[in-house]
Amino acid sequence: MKLKALAGALAVGIALAGPATAQDTETAVIGVSIPAATHGWAGGLNFHAQQTIRELEERYENLDFVLSTASDPGQQVSDIEDMMATRNIDALVVLPFESEPLTGPVQRVKEAGKWVTVVDRGLSQENIEDLYVAGDNTAFGRVAGEFFRERMQGGGKIVVLRGIPTTIDNERVEAFQAAIEGSGIEIVGMEHGNWNRDDAFEVMQDFLSRHAEIDAVWAADDDMAVGALEAINQAGRQDQMWVLGGAGMKEMIKRLMDGDTVVPANVTYPPAMISTAIELTALNYVSRAPVSGRFIIGSVLITPENAESFYFPDSPF
Amino acid sequence: MTTDTARTPARPGLRIDFHIWGPVVALLALIALGAWLNPNFLSYGNVTNVLARSAFIGIIAVGMTFVITSGGLDLSVGSMAAFIAGVMILVMNALAPSMGVGWGVILVGMLVALAVGLAAGLVNGLLITQARIEAFIVTLGTMGIFRSLITWLADGGTLSLDFAVREVYRPVYYSGLFGVAWPIVVFAAVVVLGEIVMRKTPFGRHCAAIGSNEQVARYSAVNVERVRLATYVLLGILVGIATIMYVPRLGSASSSTGVLWELEAIAAVIIGGTVLKGGFGRVWGTAVGVLILSLIGNILNLADLVSPYLNGAIQGVIIILAVVLQRQKKAER
Repeated sequence: MKLKALAGALAVGIALAGPATAQDTETAVIGVSIPAATHGWAGGLNFHAQQTIRELEERYENLDFVLSTASDPGQQVSDIEDMMATRNIDALVVLPFESEPLTGPVQRVKEAGKWVTVVDRGLSQENIEDLYVAGDNTAFGRVAGEFFRERMQGGGKIVVLRGIPTTIDNERVEAFQAAIEGSGIEIVGMEHGNWNRDDAFEVMQDFLSRHAEIDAVWAADDDMAVGALEAINQAGRQDQMWVLGGAGMKEMIKRLMDGDTVVPANVTYPPAMISTAIELTALNYVSRAPVSGRFIIGSVLITPENAESFYFPDSPF
Repeated sequence: MTTDTARTPARPGLRIDFHIWGPVVALLALIALGAWLNPNFLSYGNVTNVLARSAFIGIIAVGMTFVITSGGLDLSVGSMAAFIAGVMILVMNALAPSMGVGWGVILVGMLVALAVGLAAGLVNGLLITQARIEAFIVTLGTMGIFRSLITWLADGGTLSLDFAVREVYRPVYYSGLFGVAWPIVVFAAVVVLGEIVMRKTPFGRHCAAIGSNEQVARYSAVNVERVRLATYVLLGILVGIATIMYVPRLGSASSSTGVLWELEAIAAVIIGGTVLKGGFGRVWGTAVGVLILSLIGNILNLADLVSPYLNGAIQGVIIILAVVLQRQKKAER
């Protein structure tokens, strides 16, 4: 930790030396703390965060960014403390690893008079952040449920792959269940695939052994959809069912654009929401536009008709 | 000193059997439970699924048996598998345009996997035997290194094998020999060879000797460093083989590949009757341990016994029970 702090102090010295002498306007330092790229979606998050920071640093000379990625909540707390102690940040953009452990540390950042932007996972106490940018997990589940309802008019049997047991997953699944209620669609199996390809592959294999009739799969995430599709192929049952993933992974959007019948649609939950958060926070220092408040990014249905505008071939996700 | 003498310390005849067969009894009980809960449990499809998905951990766990028997430990195997898978995919993707899509590219990929596995095992082994650093620390370090390398190679995302190459490579996981899937064939072959090496060769006996008393082994003219090094290299190569079977399954590698494989492999080894402190190893027991672990997951998916939130707890209970069963029989006498 000491070494890290030292490195941080050195870096800040160098960073401050550059722009500060180059021009007179005050430099604002924006700290960005996000989870490390431990799964596909987080990989996309990291990609978009890095790209946005690069663009903004080019665009505005008086903005400076500090990006740190953490692989657990404890590390994220340390990162934020380091940013406060050694980089003297003016604003913090944070996507909390978990709500509870990060609430206290982020509150202290706020109390020190800094601007705080919270992304996606809300803190467990209200009114700490100046700006809240998030995806809409309830809408994510509801849009998926409505799609099932519309496509399976006469009802049918489906299986559901859930993510890592978290509030996010619960909100999605509850909204999904509410949306299909009374439609005659029966959920015959529901297990955690942990937003992981391998886990989803194995769970789907077991669902296929267990149920002779499955009409559709709600995989709820494109990594899980990839695993599930492979298991369905292995069993040779791709003509009997279709799979709805989610979050808009580029490979899945590509299949959708190509008119693959097993993958009829997708639901967005864009990792690029971190870009929205960073850009809005930056606006606070470069313009007079008011940016405090809540910014909820809707989840929309991607179909072959509108897929083009959701396809980012350069992103890792 | 042989494995036989390591195992015999004055235990009367009949009861030894139960001690030895403990894991097998647990396995049979799980199979009976599965068959009772779901008629599809013993179907060809499900049996193939379970055995094939056990193969990765199984092949690695055989190597882990040798490492643990000789008193070592390797925490890096899961990350190593992910790293090897990533390198293998990158190499095959890079060669596909120039070499053409075919078995040539895939053979090169397989060789790369074996070579990287060997090199990774060699690094672990040399740091442990030559630099004399604790195995736990060395492999904890390399675990982090391999995991970061794959995240970096994949740019935080997922590395995917070229689609055309994957179509050629796919049968390595999905088809097989006389209806037995390739991963199962390879797993079985590794277990049989491992058992023979452990029982019938000087190398196997040296592993047990070093694990049970390093000083005595040294005085008995066993080249302790070389044998130790060999166990880590062997494990590295087996991780390479496991990866060769893994890549055609989903054709991708990411930072979430192989997470916690090391702990599953170690758990399987211990459930199988190998002593964690070293000195006694049982390769066939390891295979049984691996099957027990994958059957638990399979049965929980096939029947709604408990809330899926509790799957981990059930797994934990069964792992502990499987070991308690053997250890208690031993303590009784």
